[in-house]
Amino acid sequence: MTRRHAALGFLGLALVVYPFVDRNNSHVDFLANAGAFILLALGLNIVVGFAGLLDLGYAAFFAIGSYSYAMLASQQFGIHVPFWLMLLIAPVVAALFGLLLGAPTLRLRGDYLAIVTLGFGEIVPQTFLNLSQYTNGPNGISSLDQPSLFGHAFGFSATPYYYVLLGLIALGILAARNLQNSRLGRAWMAIREDELAARHMGINTTATKLAAFALGASFSGLAGVVYAAKLDLVSPDEFGFNVSVLVLSMLVLGGMGNIWGVIVGSFVLSFINSFLLPQSTSLAHAAGFVNVDFTNYRFMLYGVILVTMMLFRPEGLIPSRQRAAEFHEAILDPALAAQEQSEYEGVAR
Amino acid sequence: MDVFFQQIVNGLSLGGIYALIALGYTMVYGIIELINFAHGDVYTLGTFFSLAILTGLGVSGEMHGLPLVGVVLVTLIAAMLLCGLTGVLIERLAYRRLRNAPRLAPLITAIGMSFILENVMQLWHGPSPISFPEVIPNPAWALGGVEVSAKQIAVIGLAIVMMAALQLFIYKTKMGKAMRATAQDRDAAQLMGIDINTTIAVTFLIGSALAGAAGFVSGVYYGTTWFFNGFEAGLKAFTAAVLGGIGNVAGAMLGGFLIGLIEAIATQYIPGGAQWTNVVVFSVLVLVLIFRPSGLLGESLPEKV
Repeated sequence: MTRRHAALGFLGLALVVYPFVDRNNSHVDFLANAGAFILLALGLNIVVGFAGLLDLGYAAFFAIGSYSYAMLASQQFGIHVPFWLMLLIAPVVAALFGLLLGAPTLRLRGDYLAIVTLGFGEIVPQTFLNLSQYTNGPNGISSLDQPSLFGHAFGFSATPYYYVLLGLIALGILAARNLQNSRLGRAWMAIREDELAARHMGINTTATKLAAFALGASFSGLAGVVYAAKLDLVSPDEFGFNVSVLVLSMLVLGGMGNIWGVIVGSFVLSFINSFLLPQSTSLAHAAGFVNVDFTNYRFMLYGVILVTMMLFRPEGLIPSRQRAAEFHEAILDPALAAQEQSEYEGVAR
Repeated sequence: MDVFFQQIVNGLSLGGIYALIALGYTMVYGIIELINFAHGDVYTLGTFFSLAILTGLGVSGEMHGLPLVGVVLVTLIAAMLLCGLTGVLIERLAYRRLRNAPRLAPLITAIGMSFILENVMQLWHGPSPISFPEVIPNPAWALGGVEVSAKQIAVIGLAIVMMAALQLFIYKTKMGKAMRATAQDRDAAQLMGIDINTTIAVTFLIGSALAGAAGFVSGVYYGTTWFFNGFEAGLKAFTAAVLGGIGNVAGAMLGGFLIGLIEAIATQYIPGGAQWTNVVVFSVLVLVLIFRPSGLLGESLPEKV
């Protein structure tokens, strides 16, 4: 057993016993929410990090996962599919929608694809909003079925959801790692670096990209089910463009293509979002600055992360070595390269 | 039938605004192949600047005669200048360094810039819609059963004047020629002695100034603005640019008017109306990109290797 394995084992153990040590339900609740976003980030990482396809409508699959739980496990239609079965069904539904979106659009060049996914990301929540006879429109669907395990209902404590998410994240990491090192993962990497070359090496680029889309979407669908069940509510305004950009910021901050980087990035941003900003606001209020509200700067924060990271460290805080090389190779200024070349020739002469 | 023609008039005035915004998308895309995501927010910033200038001038109600012309001109020109400078600043700070980076990098940066601008505007005027003073008297004339208001004529007229001026600039001036050359082949243009940085900066200046004009016009037309306006308007204007053929200036104008018409007619004739217009417009975007990515007037180019 290497030192790395030992550290991982220790971390895993610490996470498992954490709810027993910290009896503060709001802390566990925060960790569970952060867990849902880690799951989202792991999925988006397959699409953006591994395959290099910019998906700006990723929250749509989150919405599809959430709404499929809300419609199939509540009084809404009187259908009560068990939570555990939904954990299998929702990812498949989300993946199908991923295929549906991907099949016609994946021929498009990178930035066009980004815009089409953005359009899709707007259409899906809008549709859930408009089809109010099925979804209650802006009110959303509430009182969803409570999950239970061996007859014990989850109740209103965050702890059971925390463990479910911990388990799903562990599976997600395992799946993402194996995918990355598989034949499919290498094909994604090849497409990311040079699609034309990849096609000429005999890779079926459309099928490969579709696989990335579908797999990424399935993570999002999974996260949607747990998130909806935990919140006991879904409503169309939870899945806007800002959610897609939030998850993208997590990737950019942590390091696209690096599983651990992505996890750290999403944890840090979740921490800032739901802990640091509200806490420092109440501290400021306590200190007498009643007009300060740091939570108003959330979008600024995402924006600044995206801009400064892309300008100064596009590979993220914990980079994937390969992606770092890609970013830095390409950023080389041709004018600078030409100058170096002429200086070199001057010396040679 | 009157309802139909009424929607045509409404659609054309909407379309005039979209066309002005779409020009900025198409010019920037034409020259550096970047979807300038922050462009929609520069447009909203135009409404905010106009409002600030009108407030600064002490205008709060309807005006007439010479003072009206003066106020409109001053506000319009100042809003265009301020937006133009914002655009240049964004290019200089955020995009220039990434000109040769992988294409995802500047696109992600542009999304970041958009979020920053939105947040700045939210801090400026708060998260709720704000109202815009009714500066222009707004008589309406009935042509048959169709009502045309002074504002609608002003919007369409201003859009057409701006576009004509832009066409003249691009095809009759030296800088316009430099822009066309840079769009065609940046390296070759540089070898011919064209200052690439200045040319790209001017492109951003003009594109953003047009967005500023659109901002002023839409503030006057709708009488309201909101920090998040730019997201939706930007997406629709981008759809217009793509529909017309991205990189093609005449296409952006055509696309803008078409999207305005589609929106007005969809609002009228689709059951459930207004709540589906966005879905309709984005579906148009998706369909155009899938079936005719080069747009109506664009040439299809093979992928560069």
